[in-house]
Order: sequence, then structure tokens, then C-alpha cells
Amino acid sequence: MPTVAPIDLDGHCITACWLDGVPFFALADGTVHRLDHGQQTTEAHDGLLCAVPALDGKALVTGGEDGRVCSIAADGTVTEVANIGRKWVNTVAAGPRGAIAFGAGRVAHVRLPDGTVNDFQHQRSVEGIAFAPKGLRIAVARYNGATLHFPAAAGKPVELEWAGAHTMVTFSPDGNFLVTAMQENALHGWKLSDGKHMRMAGYPAKVKSLSWSNKGRWLASSGAPAAIVWPFLTKDGPIGKAPLELGTRGDTLVTSVAFHTTDEILAIGYADGMIMAARVADQKEILLRRPGKGAITSMTWDGEGRRLAFGSEAGDCGVIDVAG
Amino acid sequence: MTQAQIPVTVLTGYLGSGKTTLLNRILTEDHGKRYAVIVNEFGEIGIDNDLIVESDEEIYEMNNGCICCTVRGDLIRTVEGLMRRPGRFDAILVETTGLADPAPVAQTFFMDDDVRAKTKLDAVVALVDAKHLPLRLKDSKEAEDQIAFADVVILNKTDLVSEDELRDVEAAVRAINPTARIHKTQRSAVDLKEVLDRGAFDLSRVLESDPHFLDADEHDHDHVCGPDCDHDHHHHDHHHHHGVSPIHNVGVTSISLRASEMDPKKFFPWLEKTTQMDGPNILRLKGIIAIKDDPDRYVVQGVHMILEGDHQRPWKDDEKRESRLVFIGRELDAERLKRTFEACQAA
Repeated sequence: MPTVAPIDLDGHCITACWLDGVPFFALADGTVHRLDHGQQTTEAHDGLLCAVPALDGKALVTGGEDGRVCSIAADGTVTEVANIGRKWVNTVAAGPRGAIAFGAGRVAHVRLPDGTVNDFQHQRSVEGIAFAPKGLRIAVARYNGATLHFPAAAGKPVELEWAGAHTMVTFSPDGNFLVTAMQENALHGWKLSDGKHMRMAGYPAKVKSLSWSNKGRWLASSGAPAAIVWPFLTKDGPIGKAPLELGTRGDTLVTSVAFHTTDEILAIGYADGMIMAARVADQKEILLRRPGKGAITSMTWDGEGRRLAFGSEAGDCGVIDVAG
Repeated sequence: MTQAQIPVTVLTGYLGSGKTTLLNRILTEDHGKRYAVIVNEFGEIGIDNDLIVESDEEIYEMNNGCICCTVRGDLIRTVEGLMRRPGRFDAILVETTGLADPAPVAQTFFMDDDVRAKTKLDAVVALVDAKHLPLRLKDSKEAEDQIAFADVVILNKTDLVSEDELRDVEAAVRAINPTARIHKTQRSAVDLKEVLDRGAFDLSRVLESDPHFLDADEHDHDHVCGPDCDHDHHHHDHHHHHGVSPIHNVGVTSISLRASEMDPKKFFPWLEKTTQMDGPNILRLKGIIAIKDDPDRYVVQGVHMILEGDHQRPWKDDEKRESRLVFIGRELDAERLKRTFEACQAA
């Protein structure tokens, strides 16, 4: 039986994740909490907007309403990485060898592993940023498409066009596909080798959470009464294929999805705070957490895939031990 | 999740119309409410307040078949961010640039589900510089749009014009927008109660706050108000529609329709079709409709193709059961609207 160790925090949880085996919860008010021999709290920002773990799992990279980008170590030490003044840092991404990218207004800033910072001015707001799995390459989600940059090398950016507002972006783990979430309740994808389009539409709500399975065979998404899981099993991805629907419920929407670290098992968080796990192979479901006070906003499995850290809009966060 | 929706006031107006002065008053005066303010540039606001947020105007066209549907992407993001930390403010104020189109701002609060769940548009307030309005109306569509869109028009800097000029300017504002409340001020010294918490898009309150709504035929007073005259002084010359104002003779017009009880089987399809067809040209529409055999008043309000309607309250015994509808827009065919509206009357 799964057991839930709750941690009740006061505010909207932006990111729940793990650093060095310690669960971290970054809240919108700028506080970052961790469960390391009791609850510890660090003040990182006056208003936190985004937070992602570094690729080595040793630090949490955060962006705030105070125009700062910080790196928070597993022991809670806060290091300011950048400060751009009074502009909101709306999105951050962590890349290979400690590279960090962040977006504020119409500029994408990239801090390379050697510490140099390159800025990429865009015509429109930088809505989302992602690093490619290999090489120093970033994708920026923007109005009417996405832009690819090689921040360490001079060269022209690659523009991928698709009408509409793109708000999030992610590379497939093999780097072959780029997928964005759109304002219009849809995903859009590009096969990067030939620019072929993939339209993934039909969501009743905006997609705010995306998660790739460990080998990149599936992309799970929120925004519907079930987790919508698109197949990327072949070289053409989901083109012409229907998605799986996991954890379907009649009365509430999926708000957060997180694929397991090693297996094709998906954690599904709902608007009422419930969390389920569903296996892709046989679509078998188990309940991990009963409904709580607010919508699930973020979930991450630990390295072994035994425990799931989760956060909610209302601050009722916690850690689920699946084995019990 | 039963959290109350936070009211949002949109402040429009040309550079130099007195927006910053009004904004500073809202931020510093003791009116019992805390405001989060979204500005395009920190610029002249000489107040250090972490609830003032700068955001780059980002207009998104929606690919949803609604040809005039545009929203402000930056507002979606900023409002969502602000609403993750509720309790710090009671209301949100959005200041737009002088050249901004108010439609995408207003539509954001109807079109985006997340924004709509947490906030509600309270009113669009337009500041107008009494001295420079005639020139603005000649050289810009935006100045006209801002007035057409407004629920409240603050006719500012009245000390810089003569009484005659002021009368002409007011007539021009009325010709563009017969339903807005007009306040004449100097140095943006309007009572903040007249600007904040208006409920102009609230269907239960819409039009209630404006006792003169569509009363064009019943009044014809024409007294001259001084700058501190604070009662409602609608000159009601707008029902002529054309050529009422020496300084405004093109562009936005308003069409006031009036008829008896409506047949719901005809009226609703007509309204739907009209907003689909004329939506790009309709800036605002407001109406109180008497539906046959329905004890309640039906109220509608719209922005371009977005339409909202609901039963409001029972008709009172002393109220005349009639249907009234006002369109404010460009290139509207008054004759066709009148004819087709009247064709929806119950037999």
C-alpha cells in the first residue's frame, strides 16, 4: 500500500522535486522547503515563478518576480546566478554541464558552462525554454512557433513556424522531436530532421504539464479528464496515431503528469488533489493519494522511482512512498 | 476553489491624458483597497511597490474560428503569476499604453479559462485630455476605440478649454459612446469610487449603474455643467447618430434599438448571428431584453464576438417591459440592425 507523508505548506507549490535524495518544494511566495531531518526552509525570492532541478540533480534553478535567477544547493544554500532588475523571470531551464537558460520579457538569456552569458533578443515574448538533450542547443517557445539557438556558437537561429501562441516547450529525450504546448488547448510538434508537423489537439483545457517516459517512447500531458499519452514509438512520432488515455475520471481534470524514472508508469495528478499511478502496458491504475485541498501542480519521482514528491496549488504537499 | 474572483480595472488613455496621475492616486490614497498594478513601463510611476509589475504588450490571435479574437498573452501570464499569491491585494489594475487597443485586454478576461476562473473584468476606464481630444480623434483610431470601449470616461484637463470647447468634446464622447459615465475633472481629481469597483461587466449589475442607459427619448436636458459638476449629465444628443459633433464625424457610431417583448426562438439566434457576422465591427454591446412569458429581465453584454447573457432579476411592476439594445461599433448598418431586431418581437 502506498503511504503518504504530508507536508502542509502555506502557498502555491510551483515545483516539487528531489535533490540528492531530499524532497524539495518551491513555493510561489519565494520560499523553498525541504525535508532533510525535519522541515527546513530557505528564502530564495520575493515571489518565485519557476523552478527546475539541474541535470545532475544537485541544485534547484529558480526564477523570480524579483528579476533574479538562483541556484539552490541540496543543503539550502542560495547562490544568485543572474539579476536582471525589476523584470519577471518567467521561465528557466537547466542544461548540460551546468548551463542555465531563462526568459524575461522578449529576451532569452543563456549562461554557458564557462559562465559567459549570451542574450537572444526575440520579436515576441519568450514563453518557454528547453535545452536539447545533447549539445548546447536551446528551444524558445514564442508566438507563432519556436526558435532554436546554439548559444555557444555563432550562427543563425532555426525558426519553426506554426500559427498561434506557444507557451511551453520540450525536446524528446532522443532529441528528434520538439513539442510545444499552446494557448489554444493543443500541443504542436516538429520532427526536427525534416520539420514535419504534428498536431495534437482536442484538449478541453490548456496543457500545463508534460512528461516524457524514461526512454522517450511516450509523452504524457495534462489538460483533459485523463492523462493524454502520445506515442513516439516510431520515427514519425504520433503522426496519424491516437493517444492513450490513462486514469480517466468523469468529473475532474488532470493538472500534472510525471513519468516514472525507470518504468513506463505514469503518476497522474488531478484538479481535486487526487493522485493515481497508471501503467502504460496494461493501463492498470492504483490510487496513490485521495483528493486534497487543491489542484496538483507538480510531481517528480526520486532516482529509484520508489517515492513521488508532489505539490499542490493550496500548499498541501508531500511524499508518497509507493512500496509503503 | 471557491476563492472570490479578483476585480480588474483597465485604464486606457493617450500619453498626457493624466493616467499616471490617476494611477499614483489609486496607489497612494486611502480607499481601503490594495491594488496590484500591471504597467507597460515602470516609467513615471514614482512609487516603489512590489505589486507594480511591468509587462510587454503581447497580442495573441486565437486560432479558434473567432476572427476578431485576440488576447493579451502577457496579461494571462502576469495575472496567473499574481493570483498564485493571493491575499496581497484586493484588485488588479491594468494600465495600457496610449496606443493600445482595449479589445484584446478585455477579451483576455473572457477568453482564457484560467484567468476567467480567478478574476473578473470590472470596468474599462478611459482618460481623455479635453484639450487634445479633437486632434486625437482626427489622427488616431485608438483614441476613438478607447472611448468606445469605456464604461467610464474621465474628461480630464477641463481647465485648459473653454466651456464651449468642453461641450463639444463631451458631445463627441457621447456620440461615440452613449452608455459610458462621463466625469469632468482637472488633474485626474475624480472620486475614486467612480472608477473602482464598478461591476460594469457584471451581468447582475450591468446597466443598473447607469440609470440613463438608453433613455435617449425620455430626456433632453441640456444644461451647462461646470468642471466640478458631479451629477450625471448626459446630454442625450447621441440618438441622432450622425453629425452630432463638430469634432467627430467618422468612425465609431452607436446604434440604440428599442422594441417590445422578444420571441426567444427568434431573438437568440438573431443575436448569435449578428455577433458572428458583425462581431469584428462591434466594439461593445449592452442590452436589457424583455422575453415573452419570462418574468425576469434578460441582460446581455458583449465585446466583439464574445457574448454573455443571463437572467438578471424580475421585472418590477412599474417597469415597462421592453427590449433595449445598444451597439457601439464601426460600419454598422443601423437600418438592417433595427429591422432585424424588430423582426424578433413576439407576435
